Parts: sequence; structure tokens; C-alpha cells
Amino acid sequence: MSKIKSKIEEVNRNGKKALSIFLTSGFPTIEKFINNTNRIIDAGADLIELGMPFSDPLADGGVIQQSSQIALQNGITQKQTFLFAEELKKKNVNTPLILMGYANTIIQYGKEQFEQDAINAGVDGLIIPDVPLEEFDSFFSQFSNKLDKILLTTPTSSKERIITLDNKSTGFLYCVSVSGTTGVRSGFDDKIIENLKATYQTVNNNKMLIGFGISKPENIKQLSPFADGFIVGSAIIKSLQNENIDETIELVKSLSEACSTS
Amino acid sequence: MAGKFGEFGGRFVPETLMAALHELAEVYNSTKTDITFIEELADLQKNYNGRETPLTFANRLTEHYGKGKIYLKREDLNHTGAHKMNNTLGQILLAKRLGKKRIIAETGAGQHGVATATVCAKFGIECTVYMGEVDVHRQEMNVFRMKMLGAKVVPVTSGSMTLKDATNEAIRDWVENVENTHYIIGSVVGPHPYPMIVRDFQTIIGEETKIQINKFEGRNPDYIIACVGGGSNAIGIFHPFINNPEVKLVGIEAGGYGIDTYMHCATLTLGRPGVFQGMNTYLLQDNEGQISEVHSISAGLDYPGVGPEHSLLKDLDRVQYSSITDDEALDAALKLSRLEGILPALESSHALAHLEYLMPTTSKDDIVVINLSGRGDKDLNTLIDKIKL
Repeated sequence: MSKIKSKIEEVNRNGKKALSIFLTSGFPTIEKFINNTNRIIDAGADLIELGMPFSDPLADGGVIQQSSQIALQNGITQKQTFLFAEELKKKNVNTPLILMGYANTIIQYGKEQFEQDAINAGVDGLIIPDVPLEEFDSFFSQFSNKLDKILLTTPTSSKERIITLDNKSTGFLYCVSVSGTTGVRSGFDDKIIENLKATYQTVNNNKMLIGFGISKPENIKQLSPFADGFIVGSAIIKSLQNENIDETIELVKSLSEACSTS
Repeated sequence: MAGKFGEFGGRFVPETLMAALHELAEVYNSTKTDITFIEELADLQKNYNGRETPLTFANRLTEHYGKGKIYLKREDLNHTGAHKMNNTLGQILLAKRLGKKRIIAETGAGQHGVATATVCAKFGIECTVYMGEVDVHRQEMNVFRMKMLGAKVVPVTSGSMTLKDATNEAIRDWVENVENTHYIIGSVVGPHPYPMIVRDFQTIIGEETKIQINKFEGRNPDYIIACVGGGSNAIGIFHPFINNPEVKLVGIEAGGYGIDTYMHCATLTLGRPGVFQGMNTYLLQDNEGQISEVHSISAGLDYPGVGPEHSLLKDLDRVQYSSITDDEALDAALKLSRLEGILPALESSHALAHLEYLMPTTSKDDIVVINLSGRGDKDLNTLIDKIKL
């Protein structure tokens, strides 16, 4: 049984939505990363998405792009990201860890070695947004099923396609709220709400987490009838830019609170 | 397999774009054989773009080397000054059939940006062009031309601020606005079906060349040389000759300061396969798979990737790829200006510079065709800087 799936189920059984927090590996600094992440988990993150920095992150908006650039300047390597995963896992055995990043990082590391090192580090799943359904089978042909491979659905995915994505995805199904890159948005209009509602009804096989544009408790309250959980990235990264971790912790607590009461 | 050139190519893009890529492939497949479309494009190519372009015998350049005969395929004589129009005319007709109300494009040298702004003006469609800030400065005149043509030019300040970053930004715009926007990619790069569509629209270069050279010489050439950045002018002239093994095909990449430095764009010469901007292809990258910051004096070649079909042609050994430095390209630009009265684009000058290596190995009976992909007026700023007269 997928650790990611059972964690989300466990959180949902307690009457809460799951909260997944995205953090760029090695940002804002390599030294602060572990301590920051531990505190974010303590503040209420149920799952952690560990971003593997890439020079040309197509699916990301300005905030995460910049954090990747800074992490690379900090000298982050894939080996270091695996070390981070290992260290986080030691202290937070029950917090699933998901690596999020781009295809080329995995290819250049060597696919088989990558899977092995990820498993050894305690990683539970992968989200690779530039490996869509069309490339999925051939890209992951050398992989076993030990790591969950989480697929994304978007407002442009047809109903038929959402069903296929739901059948193929393991861990959960990542529902991208809006067409666009990652980043904070002012709000969600009726059309987006209708679409999320329809998607949530279509998804039967997986738990569905909504991401992209989720930045504050109000977003979670508004969308919680149509999701099993939420993913927050850019808003967290943005608060980490200010180098005041307490501010980030307050944000995580308020998001977690919104997940409990909605 | 759909969208692959051997193992290369593919559709490595976010899910948001998949529906648009499927729609584009479908519309293109049903349109390309539609007689109305064929006639409309042919009319535009002839009466708007000025095709066919001449194949010019370069008699003084030929005398200079004293060996084989040199011909120039005059893509510099297309409307707006480069081969880019061949593609943008085709794609604007596709955009019309797709019912898209807005066009976006990336540009390096500005030639594709200008060619896109031009067709958008002609068809009355809103146009936004992404251009790296470094290129905005070195191709100032093309920026003004795009604005004259009514396009919005967005300077891109991420990464190396050149073509690769402009392409990232255009793709991000497309992800955001895919419902009403068509992305006109300027080269044989990106996710399927773009490398195929752009190739098909550029193949007119090679088709004309084949007829013209056979009329002049009664046979196919021995060599065809073209510069390769993304590789659209090269694929365009190579493609109709791929199955003529007697024709040696040569692709010239930008060697920048030299391929023993890190400041070059010799992707096929020194890169290795990986996934970038929607395609599996040769890339310049570090051991971690981070894409390298590259350099060429010519903005149009300043790109760390290459079209996936070129990657296959390299592995099949059907095309020989090598590189030319900034300085060699500048010498070649001056030489062609003085000997033939043609000021070539710095991109095309890379192909011309290869004559220094090739011509001594040819004999009097050999025929060499160079794809003169564009004219050099846009490069005057750089040329004034670099050449002392």
C-alpha cells in the first residue's frame, strides 16, 4: 500500500484535508534547509514535496524559478537532495516525501541509479510535470513500482483523459487548479470552481489534491468541498525569501488550521 | 512512433499543453493535404514572400577558392530577410484554422520575431514576441521593426537572457493562455508536432534547390552546407536530399570563442542527449543535467539544444556536423560582401566560413550549395563593433 495514499486517507479519516508543502531543495540556503523543513512539518505539513532544482523549469512561475536558481547557485546537487531526504525521513518517519522536478535531472543521474538512491533515501513518490501520459510508459519503463508516480490533471484535460490519468497515477492525483504555471493568484472564478467540481466527481481511484495558486487559508476553505487535500508551494517559498522562518511557520499553521476546519 | 525521430523528439511538456498539441497535430494532418490550404499558402509564398528565391552562382567566390563551383540559395531574399517567413506563413494559416485569436513567438536574432509580427499584421492577429534581454540589445533594429509591425516585444530577464530563456517564457505564456493562443515556434524544436510542421514548411528551400541545380548543372550537388542553431534552415534544404546518398550534407554549429572553451553552441559536436523544452535531443549541459549557458556572436545560433531530427541525422551519420568560431564567421561575412556584393547574416556566415575547410578538398567538377539563410542588415550593430574598416 502506498504510504502517500494511506497518509492522506488517515488525515481525511480524522475529518481534515491533507496539506502538502512544496520546498525547493537547498533554498534559501543548504545550511537552513533541514531545520526549516522540520519546523514546517511540526507546524502541520502532512506531506513534503521536495523540489529538485532545474535550470529551465517550464511548469514554474517566477517565485519557484528564482528559488531554483538560488539553490543551484548555493551548489545544490542531486546527491545532496537525496541526503536531505534521508535526514528528513529519520526524524519524520510518518511524513511521506515526494520528489518533484524535471525529466532531465533523472535521465542524467541515470534512471536505475536514481530510483535506487531515492528508495534508499526514503522517498515515497515522484512528480515530474514534463513527463505527461504520452511519455509516461517509456520514460518509467526501467522503474519498478516501489515509488509512486503522481500524474497531473489540468483544466484542459478531457473527462476521458482524467479517467486515464486517475487509473495510472499512484499515491494521489495532482489536480492543477488553473491553466498556467505555479504561483500565487488573486482568486478562483466560477468557471474554475465548476471545473474542479467536475474533476473531483470523475476521480474515483485516487485521492485528489489541488495545487497551483493555493496561497492562503481562504483558498482552502473555498475549494475544500472538491478536494482531499491541498498543495502549497510558491506562497511558502515567497515567505522563505524574507529569511524570517517564523513568518513561514505562521503561514503553515494557518493553512493547516484551514484544512482542519473546512 | 508518433512524434519521434528514432529515440529523439517526443512531447515532454506539462499536461496543460497536451490537448493543444493533439489538436494542432490533427488540424495540421487534415490541412496539409487540403487543396484550398495548399493554394492559399502557395499564393502567399509567391506574391507576398517573393518565392521562389534564386540559386545564385557565386562566380567570384568560386574563383577565389579555385576549386569546385559554389552556389548560394538566396533565402536572404525572402520578405523580411530570412527563411523564417516560410514557416510563419504556413503557421498563421494553421492558427486561422485553429480559430486562435492571439499569437506568441520566441526570437533570438529577431528574424523569427519579425517574420511572426509580419504575418500577424497581414492577418490582423494580436502578436506577442518573447526575446532575451541580451538579444534585445544586440538586435535593436529588429526590436523596433517588430514594434513598427504592431507586435508587443517582451524582454526576458531569466537565465542567460537569450533564445533559450525566451523560449521558456513563450512556453509558459502558452500554458497560461492555451485556449485562445497559438504558439508559432521558429525552429524545428520543441514538442511534437512542431519539429515536423516547421520542417515541412521549410522544405520548400530544398525542393526549389533541387529543381534549380538540376536545371543549371543537370545533377544534384556534391555538398550542401547550412548553419544549425535550432536547425530549421538546415532541415529545410537537407530534407529533399536525405535519400540521395551522393549528396553530402554538412551542418555548421556556432563555435563561439572556440569549442575548447565553454563559450560556444556546438550542441551536436559536444553535447549529449537529454530532455529540454519538450524534446529529447542533444543538449549542452553539465553532469547534473543543468542546461549550459552558451555563447555565439550570432543571436540566432545562441541555443543549447537542437532540433531532434538533427540528433537522429547525426546518429545515423547522414549529416556531418562541425563548428565555426565567431571570428571565422566575421571573416566570411566580409569575404562574401566583397566578392559577391551580398551581406550575409552572421548565422549564414558560419556556413560560408566552412568553405575555408571544404573547398581545398574539392575538385573543379564538384558542386557546393550554401544555404544563405538570411541577410546581414540586422547584424550591422555587431559588425560595426567587430570589424575595423
